[in-house]
Amino acid sequence: MKLFRQIAAVTAMNLRSLPQRAATSLVIVIGIAGVVAVLTSVLAMSTGMIKTMNNSGRDDRVIVLRNGSTNETSSAINRDSLRLIMDVPGVKRDDAGKPILSGEALRLISLHKKEDGSQVNVVLRGVGPQLPELRPEVRIVEGRMFNPAVNEVIVGKSAAAQYSGVKLGDHVSSRRTTWTVVGIFESGGDSHQSEVMADAETLITSDGRGSFQNVTVMLDSPASFQKFKDALTSNPALSLDVWKERDYYEQASKGISRVISFLAYIVGGIMAVGAVFGALNTMYSAVSERLREIATLRAMGFGAAAMVVSVLAEALLLAAIGGAIGAAIAWAFFNGNTVSTGGTAMGQLIFDLTVSPRLMLVGIVWAAAIGLIGGLFPAIRAARLPVATALRAI
Amino acid sequence: MKYFSLIWAGLWRKRTRTVFTMLSVVVAFLLFGLLQGFNQGFHTLESNQDLDRLYITAKSNMTDGLPIAHLSRIKSVPGVKAVSHWTYFGGFYQNAKDPVPAFATDVDGLFAVYKEMKVKPEYLDAMRKTRNGALISEAIAKARGWKVGDRVPIGTSIWTKKDGGSTWDFEIVGTFDASRYGQGFPGFYMNYTYFDETSAFGHGVIHYYLVSIVDPHQAQQISRQIDALFANSSFETQTQTESAMVLQALKQLGDLSFIANSIVGAVMFTLLFLTANTMMQSVRERTSELAVLKTLGFSDGKVLLLVLTEALVLCLFAAAMGLLVSSAVFSSPPMKAMFGNPHMPAIVIGMGAAIALLLSFASGLPPAWRARQLNIVDALAGR
Repeated sequence: MKLFRQIAAVTAMNLRSLPQRAATSLVIVIGIAGVVAVLTSVLAMSTGMIKTMNNSGRDDRVIVLRNGSTNETSSAINRDSLRLIMDVPGVKRDDAGKPILSGEALRLISLHKKEDGSQVNVVLRGVGPQLPELRPEVRIVEGRMFNPAVNEVIVGKSAAAQYSGVKLGDHVSSRRTTWTVVGIFESGGDSHQSEVMADAETLITSDGRGSFQNVTVMLDSPASFQKFKDALTSNPALSLDVWKERDYYEQASKGISRVISFLAYIVGGIMAVGAVFGALNTMYSAVSERLREIATLRAMGFGAAAMVVSVLAEALLLAAIGGAIGAAIAWAFFNGNTVSTGGTAMGQLIFDLTVSPRLMLVGIVWAAAIGLIGGLFPAIRAARLPVATALRAI
Repeated sequence: MKYFSLIWAGLWRKRTRTVFTMLSVVVAFLLFGLLQGFNQGFHTLESNQDLDRLYITAKSNMTDGLPIAHLSRIKSVPGVKAVSHWTYFGGFYQNAKDPVPAFATDVDGLFAVYKEMKVKPEYLDAMRKTRNGALISEAIAKARGWKVGDRVPIGTSIWTKKDGGSTWDFEIVGTFDASRYGQGFPGFYMNYTYFDETSAFGHGVIHYYLVSIVDPHQAQQISRQIDALFANSSFETQTQTESAMVLQALKQLGDLSFIANSIVGAVMFTLLFLTANTMMQSVRERTSELAVLKTLGFSDGKVLLLVLTEALVLCLFAAAMGLLVSSAVFSSPPMKAMFGNPHMPAIVIGMGAAIALLLSFASGLPPAWRARQLNIVDALAGR
């Protein structure tokens, strides 16, 4: 109990004297704020990407690809297979008894970014007539839906914001065809918002490249997945593979989001080492400025543990303040910023940087770790100080 | 120079503090060197590309492909030296998650267009004679342990064979050295004729035409000429220099230099604060010593210079260390594999030196000024 009283007394005394050491203490705060700001803003990229991908998945929707394909663009499914898939058990049916699915054809078209005019690959997705039942989240926010058999497209909200030449009435071109933009759609913040959609049959006839890339299927319940998959894979006439939508989008962005996290931790790690040196400096000087004080306290009978804890507490407090400032900076400047990358397996993906509470917590944990390491050695030094020499040194 | 020992003593007055300050400056410049090095590395990657090489893709999108019939018409454009082509194979080895950068090409044209690529004549000869032959880069041969004479099955996510299978067997007939072009350069080539005969669909599809031209100055003009040749046909082309294409591919990844620059900015700001603080503190502690120097007859200017030089020595030395470490990282084997011919770009070293100078002035000048303004009597009296 006495120990705790001692710790409390010394720590309180230290903290009260903090304003006198404001300039040196700021080194810790600013140093750590820098580290945390960089770490959280870079990690916000992968968090935002993962969030967009998670939005794209529904538990009762699956994507059928050719066996062996890991992404839509390299898959191919012919008309016969599409017909066979319609009769597989587990597929949800609408009121008229028609299976709810869409044979989709994908093309990459070249658009230009508004900000610097650079050319990027954007997915032009041909979708089947049952789009409204299959993807109820797709909502027209401007203009109208495309009509089949005429060259009309609708553009995702994110794509419309990022690329030039995709306003209502503008024209975009794929091979041999020019399409008129007739609508802008929103789809609940998922990856399709980065895309352009048209009628599948119109798209296929427009360039004579005859097959679908995937078949997206609504199941009657999430539990039907296994039944559907077994029926599909056991049919010798089909060589297909089924992915739960969520799993598909997760693996499609895994590579790039891993690279980003890796980069964040490497850069953040190197910066953290620098910040540790800064913290060490500050705390050593805090200890040496108070040599007299510490020696006096020790002479009065305060224990070594109280000295260690008080120095550590000061370092931790400063670090936590720095971490909070850094996380706040990242949040204020970057949360919601829209960025795009072509590093995924499916054209450009547009997403918002997301500084989530969890991410801010990660930043503050890093800050605490830096503070702890930076405070530890000076704390030990304070505790080991031979009282007699320290008093004489004055 | 005669004051060197004085500066030295000043620096080492508080050993731990100087060491830690120095280390954090080293770390900051290490980071600076790495990020800017990468940044510049991409630019060098870009300028490494020859201006006398053009890439032709379908105007609508690369993935749309162009017909093989374009080949003879491109060859006939004046100023064109050699033409080759690539068709993307989408290859993988055993598992779709283990990609092999395979392309169908005509090897004679390929080695004419990529002049710095080294291959033994007998390998080229074997490739011409072996229908299902494959030439692979030494890097791939080493990484996968494939040897000349091996038969390797390569799966493809795109091209089904006429017999329905999607695993193609190739016989490795030789290796080549493409290290000059970096890791991103495709390292697995099959004969286009074999590819075209065997695949079930997509006959005569070419994704890239590679053109080398006689005079790099004519790059723009020849590009326009080629595009005009196919304008308003059902297969319009887009002709770009290699560097423009590489830049475009990098831009697809996102704005790398912006990210690198903002991180460096954050680091430098933090660092400036830290170093300036240390110098301030050290001058404050030495108030009376500096006063003694002045009493001994050191002029105000000299005292200012002494303190400033201290900051200069500290920053420049630490910055040099940081840049040295980062350039060591750059010449490490993994970097070599990635960039082909990596070296710390001289411009990064120059920028680093400039920043270090700026840093030492910004952090050294305020305390040096304070030292200059010291009033001997007040300082000695501890006021």
